[in-house]
Amino acid sequence: MDPGAERTQSNGHTKVAARDVNVYYGEKHALKTVDLDIRINEVTALIGPSGCGKSTFLRCINRMNDLIDGAKVTGSIVLDRQDIYDRNLDVVQLRARVGMVFQKPNPFPKSIFDNVAYGPRIHGLANTAGEIEEIVVTSLKRAGLFEEVKDRLEEPGTGLSGGQQQRLCIARAIAVSPEVILMDEPCSALDPIATAKVEELIDELRENFTIVIVTHSMQQAARVSQRTAFFHLGELIEVGDTESIFTNPSHKLTQGYITGRFG
Amino acid sequence: MPFITLLATLLALSAILYQLGKGRALRLSGGRPGVLHSLPTYYGSYVALWCALPAFLLVAVWIIIEPMALQALVLNSLPETVRQLPLARLSLITNEMRQLAASGDYRFASSPEARAAAEHYRDLHQIGFAAMAVLVLTAGIFGGRFALGRIRPALRARNRVEQAILFFLFVSSTLAIFTTIGIVLSLLFESLRFFSMVPVSDFLFGLSWSPQMAMRTDQVGSSGAFGAVPLFAGTLLISLIAMVVAVPTGLLSAIYMAEYANPRFRAVAKPLIEVLAGIPTVVYGFFAVVTVAPFLRDLGNQLHFSVSSESALATGIVMGVMIIPFISSLSDDVICDVPDALRHGAYGLGATRSETIRQVVLPAALPGIVGGILLAVSRAIGETMIVVMAAGLSAHLTANPFASVTTVTVQVVTLLVGDQEFDSPKTLSAFALGLVLFVVTLALNVVALKVVRKYRERYE
Amino acid sequence: MSDLVQQLSRSATADRVQARLKQRYAAERRFRAYGVVAIGLALLFLVTLLTSIIGKGSSAFFQNEIQLNITFEPAVIDSEGLRDPAAIAGADYQALIRTALGSLFPEDTDRASRRELIHLISQGAELELRKMVMNDPALIGTTRPVWLPVAAPVDQLLKGHMSRNTELGGQFNARELARIDHLTGQGLLAAKFNKWLFTQGDSRQPELAGLWGAVVGSFYSLLVTLALSFPLGVAAAVYLEEFAVKNRWTDIIEVNINNLAAVPSIVFGLLGLEIFLNVFGLPRSAPLVGGLALTLVSLPTIIIAARVALKAVPPWIREAALGLGASRLQMVTHHVLPLAMPGILTGTIIGMARAVGESAPLLMIGMVAFVVNIPATPLDPSTALPVQIYLWAASPERAFVERTSAAILVLLCFLAVMNATAIFLRKRYERRW
Repeated sequence: MDPGAERTQSNGHTKVAARDVNVYYGEKHALKTVDLDIRINEVTALIGPSGCGKSTFLRCINRMNDLIDGAKVTGSIVLDRQDIYDRNLDVVQLRARVGMVFQKPNPFPKSIFDNVAYGPRIHGLANTAGEIEEIVVTSLKRAGLFEEVKDRLEEPGTGLSGGQQQRLCIARAIAVSPEVILMDEPCSALDPIATAKVEELIDELRENFTIVIVTHSMQQAARVSQRTAFFHLGELIEVGDTESIFTNPSHKLTQGYITGRFG
Repeated sequence: MPFITLLATLLALSAILYQLGKGRALRLSGGRPGVLHSLPTYYGSYVALWCALPAFLLVAVWIIIEPMALQALVLNSLPETVRQLPLARLSLITNEMRQLAASGDYRFASSPEARAAAEHYRDLHQIGFAAMAVLVLTAGIFGGRFALGRIRPALRARNRVEQAILFFLFVSSTLAIFTTIGIVLSLLFESLRFFSMVPVSDFLFGLSWSPQMAMRTDQVGSSGAFGAVPLFAGTLLISLIAMVVAVPTGLLSAIYMAEYANPRFRAVAKPLIEVLAGIPTVVYGFFAVVTVAPFLRDLGNQLHFSVSSESALATGIVMGVMIIPFISSLSDDVICDVPDALRHGAYGLGATRSETIRQVVLPAALPGIVGGILLAVSRAIGETMIVVMAAGLSAHLTANPFASVTTVTVQVVTLLVGDQEFDSPKTLSAFALGLVLFVVTLALNVVALKVVRKYRERYE
Repeated sequence: MSDLVQQLSRSATADRVQARLKQRYAAERRFRAYGVVAIGLALLFLVTLLTSIIGKGSSAFFQNEIQLNITFEPAVIDSEGLRDPAAIAGADYQALIRTALGSLFPEDTDRASRRELIHLISQGAELELRKMVMNDPALIGTTRPVWLPVAAPVDQLLKGHMSRNTELGGQFNARELARIDHLTGQGLLAAKFNKWLFTQGDSRQPELAGLWGAVVGSFYSLLVTLALSFPLGVAAAVYLEEFAVKNRWTDIIEVNINNLAAVPSIVFGLLGLEIFLNVFGLPRSAPLVGGLALTLVSLPTIIIAARVALKAVPPWIREAALGLGASRLQMVTHHVLPLAMPGILTGTIIGMARAVGESAPLLMIGMVAFVVNIPATPLDPSTALPVQIYLWAASPERAFVERTSAAILVLLCFLAVMNATAIFLRKRYERRW
């Protein structure tokens, strides 16, 4: 059964289409035959108990799993008609198109400015210092961080508070103008106020980017996402509009999870 | 030999007292060891310690005081004319006296007076030793008897013994401090004597070094030249060449090992490179002399280019090879300490591996790497055997790597190997050089260790 | 927001990234190649060093000897027939050799030839004969074939280290070469295992110079070092790790230990010279003093290694022991130390290995003398293995290059054994908590 793929046909344009994706970490079968479509300019939330494979799936979308020894991915993930596991596809280019924000804020030990400018610099997205600056300022503004840091762009990014660091990482990701942004529990290390700010930001970013977010918090999934996919023990159990998933889940496991009987 | 007999006697005495103490405790317990505060062995150790500690303390004091006291006594008994001699001659005489007395062979005495003095010295030494032995054994016996008398079931023997052991542990830990103090004092003491003969400014800023001229102080116009700048320059030149070899090689190896190499390659190559660190420096020195230096000289000849067979280049290259594993293993540690989150951040933005390394990992690891390089520099500056064997002896103030230069450590060795006169600036200058060496390396180490520690804390 | 970010978005990003990809991957390949080259360079140095030394040194384990038919002439050795050891010791053994050589080359009777002949034989040959007769006076009056060491130049020539051409540094004229070839052809000149290298002390004659004195000196020094630095190092580590309260004082100690670990070893030599020799008046050149100086060199290494090993013992072991009513010292001696011992021993062996190869401090305290006798006690003048290497390396004779390399090989073997033991200990007893 593949409810996600079915419904996608009728609704918005599909940005990423995963088909028959399996992931093995050595002997461990971490992700089992997952089919999932991610729609453009929407926030897709991946939920499920710990170890259910949601982060694994997220990391497949920009091939961060390549960095793990012994990880093997089968099946296909298509980004705009291009299979990202195709041998001819360039992983560097892929990651420029599919950005990522990590669970723990990981600013580089450089200035705030250099953190944001890093992506555009390595990819050659700007030719002059002026252009770089423009990108940095815009990205910081879009990440809602600019007002807080505009006077100390030269200070190290590691000196910011946790919430600010995470928004800096988001600014760093959007400075490359990716098409998709993957977020791996971006608020798990943040306090509620910082979380609220980041959630607000995610909602704004939806306008220009396709966003996939892994979250532990069902409230968060409900607040920020349009669509929600529920994973359990490496399998995709159910995917659908967030509203319907939370109000009327079709699967028993989903129901059990969102009503808090396990997880 | 009698000394070893004395020590053995003391040990045997302690062992006997140990048994006595243990037996007495058992007797006092009346067959119920439960009434004792501690295990019987602790009572034995308690008594043995009371015997051995005061005795060994006395022996230690005697060892420290005896040579000085004896020398003063013998000198006082020498004729007035001898005592009026300058300090230099006097120390020669006492040295001879000591050696004669130690060998017990007076045939080679330079004069009847020297022989008499030596015999007097030996007699005093023997009397002193006998007195000390009696005193020490008495102290041991009395200490033991005192402790035996104090044994009661309620005596906290274990706590007492543990206190003594703890004190030993504490003293051992302070040894590092005493070593440092010992280094500073011994270097400072002789250096100050040197600086009373040669002004500090002449030493630190003088451009000419030829201590050999000052062989005999009474020679006219032979004050020697003690300007150490050529030595500092030579040391720096060789160290610089070594770093030019070692830093890129070591750092790039470390980067490859840490970021690119697969575990199998790493498991083979890393220990192999570290073998370089385990090779004694005297071997590197020999390698420089018989292989590298002739190779460079012949190469120079073929290019019609004069390369000294003691060139700074050959010495520096070999020293650099010695330092490669030092830099590579320190950098490897530091690079592996950089959290993966940073790497993933860069990969997530689409950076290539080398971009991630150069722009994220290395800047993050930089303080640690700099610390490692500073430690390596300090090592290069203090390295002795390679330069003693492969570098030159005469001081030239030059920056030409193909010429022969000398270094601080070379001079320390050449000045102190062979005959020493602790009254001539020639011998004493070695201590002044040693002081400079110690201060410079100490400063480098302190800074380097601080930098490394700061770096470690950042990622903890 | 009509700005650059907007313009860049979508395929614009992908295209611009694409445009630079080739260039970026070229940089990637270059960077990777630098790493491979660096490692290759380091390994090349290692291989060059080892092959150069093995190539030069392996021949020193063999020594060419000549077989002579020696007649132990009573008239020469013991003219009075009293078997007086003093007379036997003072006899002219060279005469025996001259006679034997003369019978090999009966036609060479002129003075020049006789001199050339005796120069074929090492001066050690006489000592060898004397030793034989002293050990077994019954030899007197007999005639028997004896293998005796040849002089160093002959040895070098036969090993191919010296040219046969006098213009290329050869020392032998055509007549001498003919004699040597004649002897070789008859099987009277042959390479034998070099027993002198492993039984003798130093000598001015390269063919008689041995390492044994230096090995014994190194052994005594190491014994002193081990006896002092192991207990003191472990005690210091135990105090700092298990008892000391973290305060200024322990900070100072820590900084001191870390600094001492990086102080040049020659400075410890200066300390030894000033304190042990000048203040305490201990004998110069003695392995005892060498051992004391090496203790100072190796102590920081041992303390640091022991602390790491103690730190690796998990805290719950300590809690368990204390919870049973053990005193802190009992906790340490019964539980923590035994568990940390493999690590401590590994560190100690590595510290000792450093001390074995260390020579600079020994130069300072005078263990650099020319010592022929094998030291009998740690107070006798002696050298050490690395210092012997230094001394031989400074000798001008070609034959000493070979010996130096051989001495290095022996030293490296010792080090390899020590380090292998340390690795074995670590592998065998390493415990992961």
